[in-house]
Amino acid sequence: MEGCGEDGQVKLLGVAYSQFVVRVRIALALKGIHYEFIEEDIQNKSELLLQSNPVHKKIPVLIHNGKPVCESMIIVQYIEEAWDRKAPFLMPRDPYDRAIARFWAAFIEDKVIPSIVGAFKGQGEEQQKAVEESVANLLLLEEVLRSTGKAYFGGDGIGLVDIALGGLLVPIQTVEKVTNIVLIDAQKTPLLSAWADQFCKADKVKEALPDRAEFFVRLSARRAKLTSPPLAN
Amino acid sequence: MKGSGEEGQVKLLGASISPFVARVRIALALKGIHYQFVEENLQNKSELLLQSNPIHKKIPVLIHNGKPVCESMIIVQYIEEAWGNKAPNLMPKDPYDRAIARFWAAFVDDKLVPCLRGVFTSQGEQQEKAIQESVANFLILEEALRTNPCSSGKLYFGGDEIGFVDIALGGLSGFVKALQKAISSVLIDEEKMPLLSAWMDRFCEANGVKEVMPDPAKVLEFISAMRVKFTSPPAAK
Repeated sequence: MEGCGEDGQVKLLGVAYSQFVVRVRIALALKGIHYEFIEEDIQNKSELLLQSNPVHKKIPVLIHNGKPVCESMIIVQYIEEAWDRKAPFLMPRDPYDRAIARFWAAFIEDKVIPSIVGAFKGQGEEQQKAVEESVANLLLLEEVLRSTGKAYFGGDGIGLVDIALGGLLVPIQTVEKVTNIVLIDAQKTPLLSAWADQFCKADKVKEALPDRAEFFVRLSARRAKLTSPPLAN
Repeated sequence: MKGSGEEGQVKLLGASISPFVARVRIALALKGIHYQFVEENLQNKSELLLQSNPIHKKIPVLIHNGKPVCESMIIVQYIEEAWGNKAPNLMPKDPYDRAIARFWAAFVDDKLVPCLRGVFTSQGEQQEKAIQESVANFLILEEALRTNPCSSGKLYFGGDEIGFVDIALGGLSGFVKALQKAISSVLIDEEKMPLLSAWMDRFCEANGVKEVMPDPAKVLEFISAMRVKFTSPPAAK
């Protein structure tokens, strides 16, 4: 899918299994933007990647007409602003609602992700603590859905916060399977549970999600390494 | 300075020594927005603060017509957007330039601030490592100032005027200067980082900024007192 024409030349450097890359792919898919996906080898990063993101050397990187944009949520906001005439709108119009969307996106980055990583990597008491934190964080997001009464964090359609959290769904659901713990509990967080189902089935989203079977194999291997004696890492 | 009138009612909950609060005060000052500053006692947080930021319970919190906005750089973006017709513009117009501004602001928060926190709270080898990392991050910012199209050859990261990245980094100036004194070590070396050094002086003297920067003596007092706590045995928390 060569990215050219009225959208300009759009390339996305990434790996299909990265939740951060998935976020960008979802945003591009929703906006109907054609792009060239360049699969990177993380152990052997391309010259293009190293030049495009010299500070962090990380994926995803969106390259639009030769100019690189880095950091997944910054890329999503860029996509929204560079293609601001293309529906759907990923950000609300009202400045206050925008601030709230950014707040929750930051919460997902700063609190949700670390707690889930902790649940995946930890063992025993440490893991238990991380699981409790994860569940507490997800309960706060449940509360947001409850207070708005809408299907998505973005309202009637997918928005910034849906993308921020939605990109993590396959990892979260895989962590649950691999470690045998429940994070998005259908009873404790029914709205979030329903949201997760709806999001993963949504048009344009499902094609952008990573292969679950492959992801399960990947995470299982990592978990095995982490938990095998002598304690790895 | 009661905040009302055509801007609506604007309150800022904060602590005058906080660099994150300084960021917001700078943005409000540059836009000429009147507001009521509520000095919080962080050992005894007000009911209003706890209600306005129940998740993090932190300052700054901007309350505009009763609605709270949290997280300093989110507040700065809000100020820019809610008062979008008021000059100066704190964010560039072009989407690509905006992405670059957000990138560097995120760099300051995600990379630089944790290192500075490390310098602040640790000692010995751990502190040495944090100092080296902080210096490395400042060098990256020096390079950005030198080569970014927006800032190259200009006075500020934002170009001719103070912008988003200037506020993100500049708000930390008081803290950085006091920290250098407290640890007797230079983080922004004038010779190694001539542009950043000059930028910081210029920023701190700018109209809108100088009036709201925290009192250097108070910041040094705070840092010194906290360092005694962090570095006294048994490891205090």
